[in-house]
Amino acid sequence: MKIGIIIQREYLTRVRKRSFLIITFLAPIFFAALMVLPAILMEHSESFSEKKTIAVCDESTLFLWRFDDTDNATFVYIDDDIEDAKDKVRQGLYDGVLHIPGTMLNLPVNAEIYSTKQIHTAVTAHIRSTMKQVIEHHKLIASGIDPDVVKASATTINIQTIKMSDKDDGEQKSFGEFEFFLGLILAMIIYMVIFVFGGQVMRGVIEEKTSRIIEVIVSSVKPFELMIGKITGIALVGLTQFLLWAVLTLTITSVASAFLPAQDMFSTGTVMSEQITEMAGSTDDDALLTEVFEVINSINFKDILWCFLLYFIGGYFLYSAMFAAIGAAVDNETDTQQFSTPISLLLVIPMLCSTLIANAPDSSLALWMSLIPFTSPVGMMLRIPFGVPYWQIALSVTLLFITFIIFTWIASKVYRTGILMYGKKPSWKEICKWIKY
Amino acid sequence: MNYLEINNVSKTYGTKKVLDDISIKVPEKSIFGLLGPNGAGKTTLIRILNQITMPDTGQVMVDGHPLNPDDIYNIGYLPEERGLYKKMKVGEQAIYLARLKGMDRKEAEKRLRHWFMKFGIAGWWDKKVEELSKGMQQKVQFIVTVIHEPKLLIFDEPFSGFDPINVNLLKHEILELRDKGATILFSTHNMASVEELCDNIMLINKGEKILEGGVHDIKQRFKNHTYDVVYKPFDGTGETRLTISSTQPNELISDIIKKGELVSFNEILPSINDIFIDLVSSSNQ
Repeated sequence: MKIGIIIQREYLTRVRKRSFLIITFLAPIFFAALMVLPAILMEHSESFSEKKTIAVCDESTLFLWRFDDTDNATFVYIDDDIEDAKDKVRQGLYDGVLHIPGTMLNLPVNAEIYSTKQIHTAVTAHIRSTMKQVIEHHKLIASGIDPDVVKASATTINIQTIKMSDKDDGEQKSFGEFEFFLGLILAMIIYMVIFVFGGQVMRGVIEEKTSRIIEVIVSSVKPFELMIGKITGIALVGLTQFLLWAVLTLTITSVASAFLPAQDMFSTGTVMSEQITEMAGSTDDDALLTEVFEVINSINFKDILWCFLLYFIGGYFLYSAMFAAIGAAVDNETDTQQFSTPISLLLVIPMLCSTLIANAPDSSLALWMSLIPFTSPVGMMLRIPFGVPYWQIALSVTLLFITFIIFTWIASKVYRTGILMYGKKPSWKEICKWIKY
Repeated sequence: MNYLEINNVSKTYGTKKVLDDISIKVPEKSIFGLLGPNGAGKTTLIRILNQITMPDTGQVMVDGHPLNPDDIYNIGYLPEERGLYKKMKVGEQAIYLARLKGMDRKEAEKRLRHWFMKFGIAGWWDKKVEELSKGMQQKVQFIVTVIHEPKLLIFDEPFSGFDPINVNLLKHEILELRDKGATILFSTHNMASVEELCDNIMLINKGEKILEGGVHDIKQRFKNHTYDVVYKPFDGTGETRLTISSTQPNELISDIIKKGELVSFNEILPSINDIFIDLVSSSNQ
């Protein structure tokens, strides 16, 4: 099998390159750092920041004993004049002084913290929320409303959007934002993969042409075999890289997490869920989390995975064949622009429409973008997490693969003629003529 | 028996006729020179033999059968525009190219090691191609061309880029390959090497055949009856050399021996170079 020999060379020469090794091994460290670093930072910021003593100079007298001590701060209540208190801060008696000015008519809504060193934002946040609660409490009482009633009346409303399929069994909960981002990420990956590895195909062809080895090779194998072999070899390089990245990132992350208390690994997540809880105005963490998990479970990852692979293969091969033809048509990389720009545009269009598509995955724009073969790899990835009817996927994939076969055939014609042409840069018209040869 | 026969091959690119009804017969175990000025159609013809391009009309016969895809294993081709992957190691690359010609890895490596030794480049096996001098790269390319021991060898300007010592080495190898049974098609502008190596030649210009035949026959055909004469006149003035044109050499000799003692008398045959220039410039007019 000659194609096998070609694939082997294309694969091995790239995989053994220093740049491949560096990128393959450094990127996971970077990814892992992104995942582990926030946890480490949080750990450190908590354990290394000393406990601050904050003097409370409360002229309104509403807040006496109301501030709870936290990990970061203890509160002492003083009777001093604010200027005396400031002097004591300067002398180092306290780390800071919280000054709540007394007001005559209204409840105080302003406060100042004086300190020589920066006060941790967590402390400020704590003070703010405590004051808010106290003031609200006073306001309610002043209006003659029992705060306990208000507390009891607090309600969380959950609205679930449930997507119905035509069949009875297929009801699933959907959670727009998660699918939106998943779609964007998948589309972005496909988009980048096509450009990065399609570009490698193009450069590989140009290398063979400029080093003039091409004529020796095409006297041994058919240009078509060489083209397909090169494209396949580079695809395998890409897959290898992805696989190594996944494995290494997981390894590094789990090794790193072994050095950290398990709890801290999830502190980032906890902070996030706290924020979500706060936004939802609910204290019911668990319900929300289960809901998120439910949504994640409801997404058909198996479908997404095989769709991703199909569109990765179809899209990559379609575009690489075109990039190979461009590489064959020109003599050096600087001449490629004229031809590669219009082709790149075909892939940029769905990327530009990505938010439109992901916001309305059932719109006609989304439908067309995911059916037209040049835009479908990106277009379909944006829609797939929301669930796409199988007939649409089947139609889109079929169209993609038919186009891929037709374009590979056309590209191989251009390639066959182009690789043996040196000198002048061909025009679009000339390239069309080559197709007819 | 003819190992290679090209019958009435024509090829047109767009409106330009690149090859016009070309026929060649190359006997087995002979060296055939394909000559012609730049742009005459030599490369196109060679590419047709390598099945890189197809002829519009006409047929190529190899070893008695029409050219088919499996024949690439019987053909070794050293193109004029040749190169290697610069970043790849020499030995590895040679093995790759040999495998593309249908050899298995082990056999390829064994033979390559032998050839590398023979050409004095064994120490370069693990070097990258870009570290090699141009002459060494050319040697590697030559080795790769012949490594699968093809029955038909096609050399396009094989001597370009070689120093005189390596040109001799190469000539020696080419003759040895022929003696071992290879049929060789040889395209070059180096006319001296044509006279030295070729048994038969063909001259094409603008896609048309303008001359064909054995090197010796062609020189006879184009001789213009010029003689190189050296004699010692009787008046004792010492050896004198003359170049004389005459259609009757016997009369010329009898005239000379009356004037002095004949030292040497040789017919001057035109060089292939002269014939080439003559024919091409007259066919261009």
